[in-house]
Amino acid sequence: MERELKYVGKRAVRIDGLEKITGAAKYTDDLDFGPSMLYVAVLESPYAHAIIKNIDTTEAEKMPGVRAVLSGKDFPEKFGLYLKDNSIFPADRVRYIGQQVAAVVAETPAQAEAAVKKIKVDYEPLPVLQNPLDAIKPDAPLIHPDLGKYEVVPWLYPQPGTNIAHVRKIRKGDVDKAFKEAEYVLEDWYHVPHVVHAPIETHISVALYSYDGRLTLWNSTQSPHTQRNIIAHSLKIPHKNVRVIASYVGGGFGGKAGISMEVIAAVAAMKVPGHPVKLRWTRKQEFQNSSQRQELYAHIKMGVNKEGKIIALKHELFWDVGASAEYGSNVVNATGFSATGPYYIPNVYIDSFAIYTNRPPCGAYRGFGYSEFHFGLESHIDRMAKIIGMDPVEFRRKNAIQRGQPVAYGVEMNPTGILECIDKVAEKIEWGKENKSPDPTKVRAKGFAAVWKAPAMPPNESSAAFLKFSEDGSINLLVSGMELGQGFLTAMAKIAAEELSLPLEKIRVELPDTDRNPYEWQTVASHVTWSCGNAVRRAAIDARNQILDTVSRAYHIDKANLYLEDGKVKCYTDPEFELPFEKFVIDGIEMPDGTYRGGPIMGHGMFMPEFTSAKVNPETGLGGHPNVHYTTGAGAVEIEIDKETGRIRVLKMAEAFDAGKAINPDLVEGQIVGGFVQGLGTALWEEVKFDENGRILNPNFTDYKIPTALDVPRDMNPIIVEVAQPDGPFGARGIAEHTMIPVMPAVANAVENALGIRIKDVPITPEKILNALREKGQENGN
Amino acid sequence: MKKEINFTLNGNPVKIEVMPNEKLLDVLRDRLGVKSPKHGCGRGECGACSVLLNGKSIRSCITLAIEVDGQEITTLEGLEKNGMTELQKSFLQHNSFQCGFCAPGMTITATELLNKNPHPDEEEVREAIAGNLCRCTGYQNIIDAILDVSKKE
Repeated sequence: MERELKYVGKRAVRIDGLEKITGAAKYTDDLDFGPSMLYVAVLESPYAHAIIKNIDTTEAEKMPGVRAVLSGKDFPEKFGLYLKDNSIFPADRVRYIGQQVAAVVAETPAQAEAAVKKIKVDYEPLPVLQNPLDAIKPDAPLIHPDLGKYEVVPWLYPQPGTNIAHVRKIRKGDVDKAFKEAEYVLEDWYHVPHVVHAPIETHISVALYSYDGRLTLWNSTQSPHTQRNIIAHSLKIPHKNVRVIASYVGGGFGGKAGISMEVIAAVAAMKVPGHPVKLRWTRKQEFQNSSQRQELYAHIKMGVNKEGKIIALKHELFWDVGASAEYGSNVVNATGFSATGPYYIPNVYIDSFAIYTNRPPCGAYRGFGYSEFHFGLESHIDRMAKIIGMDPVEFRRKNAIQRGQPVAYGVEMNPTGILECIDKVAEKIEWGKENKSPDPTKVRAKGFAAVWKAPAMPPNESSAAFLKFSEDGSINLLVSGMELGQGFLTAMAKIAAEELSLPLEKIRVELPDTDRNPYEWQTVASHVTWSCGNAVRRAAIDARNQILDTVSRAYHIDKANLYLEDGKVKCYTDPEFELPFEKFVIDGIEMPDGTYRGGPIMGHGMFMPEFTSAKVNPETGLGGHPNVHYTTGAGAVEIEIDKETGRIRVLKMAEAFDAGKAINPDLVEGQIVGGFVQGLGTALWEEVKFDENGRILNPNFTDYKIPTALDVPRDMNPIIVEVAQPDGPFGARGIAEHTMIPVMPAVANAVENALGIRIKDVPITPEKILNALREKGQENGN
Repeated sequence: MKKEINFTLNGNPVKIEVMPNEKLLDVLRDRLGVKSPKHGCGRGECGACSVLLNGKSIRSCITLAIEVDGQEITTLEGLEKNGMTELQKSFLQHNSFQCGFCAPGMTITATELLNKNPHPDEEEVREAIAGNLCRCTGYQNIIDAILDVSKKE
């Protein structure tokens, strides 16, 4: 019989709510380090591509308040998550504007800034590559001539002598044959530009190196253990001596995954032992030297048969990963495996290229590349539906992948509620029902998209949890996932509460310190509810077993007859028996002879998805099991376009995702609304603009617009679908990133439905609308 | 070149010497230990540093500290001196914030709105908080919480 859940799946006030509402929550910049603190300023490259001929720091060293000056002469080490192609300070060449070339540590921020200006660097400018379609050409100048010598994980394939950092191929079936057999074939190009995460808190790191070789960092990060690992590995410090303490994160969205500027703080601290040093990015630095989302040029060719089944897809993805692919190469890899979208397609050809350019390094961004490729794919799906004369929602239903059907790399699809998501969104948006604007200059229409996403992780990613009881029967739950706002802490508390039947008020779960908290790979990939949730569940079960064992031994009751309820041990066969946790979880149980049984209860658990493997045939992508599972969903918008100004307003949205089991249903709804609005920014307004030299023209919130409270739909409808994930905690799987993915194509599809114009390049600005209308008018002879 | 200024901070008198180019945000956070106003952009664009100057919200990252000589400054710490406000309780119940970084500034702006206009409609709420950027929530739960308070009072 299935137990009724008391905490999981129930609405609750988030456990970090009070701290955040009252201003008590500490973000890294809120920590005090006392008067010995020093400040770091960074010298940025003015060139997008140049040889560093000489760096002269003599004058800077003489400036008032200066304690240290650092450059590639001191720290030539490379670092990176998957491909070690990034420099702490480049010793030989700069590869993007804003790249750190040197740094000064001084007593005040102003002194550090003044001294940085005195560093002299001789550069020899090199040709600047800004377009991946140029950079992939055989005769293109090389941005990383040493590609091939860099350390790399075994499942990425850098192409030495080119600007290709990685290529992921899928060859399933025979697309050429299928295109010949197809009744309808459509091919086209789509483009998605660079955008930025724009967390309101910029990157910040405080580092302290002590004379005994201990390096401590206080970082705003999604990846405390991974940062520790990268720093220990690159700087050759024993892991036990590196400690990362994570405060609340003021917005991550992938931008604070892995490591970036924290390496500068780390090496700066090593130059001034005993002094904490602080490095905080300005908003401009956040734009140019943290990470951006990859730009994508996508070429899609799709073949459909008479029955309306997609029988062939050729999807070529040309990603601009910027000047480093240390993290972005995995975005390219993950999307290469998944660029079919949530459809069963028998014949698939995918090439996904990670291409270096002289733009800022790109990395993880909410959606991990899936937003970008779904823009083209879901635009294409709508166009194909029109060509074959089928309703686009019906076309998606007809081709949607079902449990047991093979995905592009051949593994069977996990249980999925995609049809329910599609149907619920269609119902909520009132698909098929026309809605006229009362204003004759405005036209209304709806647009739809279906999506999927898998966590993109190394096959041996893992999570661990440790929970310990205190005298009053309360617990401290130690994990190293990060609360980014998604509700991680609340979810972990609920999972422990459920397994231990312990009220939420009795559980404390906080942000990690790598010395104290057990291992977590990273809080990325929308996987911590699933992965760390499994570890917490196992830790709670472990503690429960210890509790039952102690009580069984002390009272001579068969373990099978004992159970936990509301913080007490009870007995099926003796309704009178009731032992509150606080009576024994530390002190044990006193026996008639004055001896005790038991001792402190401490549960531990870990999780690694032992069924995954990245060992695939590099030429076909087949033969392994690179992804753990896919989460599916759908989204739709109703828009109103002003035909005179080209301005789009989104009036209503509906999005549904299959969370498997929503541990925190209200927070899942919050993710859907928030992710939709972040997606809306990329659909309508957001684009990093570069000049011809590779300089960002809009590195601030005046010129780079993110959505405000006035810009969002007044009618937002988040929908939760629950088809259990068999290996998820209580059936849960992640949904946080996915919520952003449907927005760009849904808006583009609505624009076509409104005006008969197809925009293949986001953001869909009024200018693009008016230009397309003008072209259409000319075609029609108006 | 330092100048002594006197102002009221969350109801208490403050006397401090500041440089003429020191920003109010830096003085509050780094010298007076008032950490609720946050640094987000340094250009008055995001609203995370909002504080009340004589009851009116300002951007402390583009306000010089010497400008507040003789004035009254209120931060989140001052608003909740006598316990959480009704607005804060409403934010809590609505799970209004995610990462929480914009929460102090948003609370300052919404407090100013409700002081001036205790019963705003939804569009007035949106207009009032349009200068406070939030990247996480899509604003809906923040707006619902403010509207809830306006209906209660």
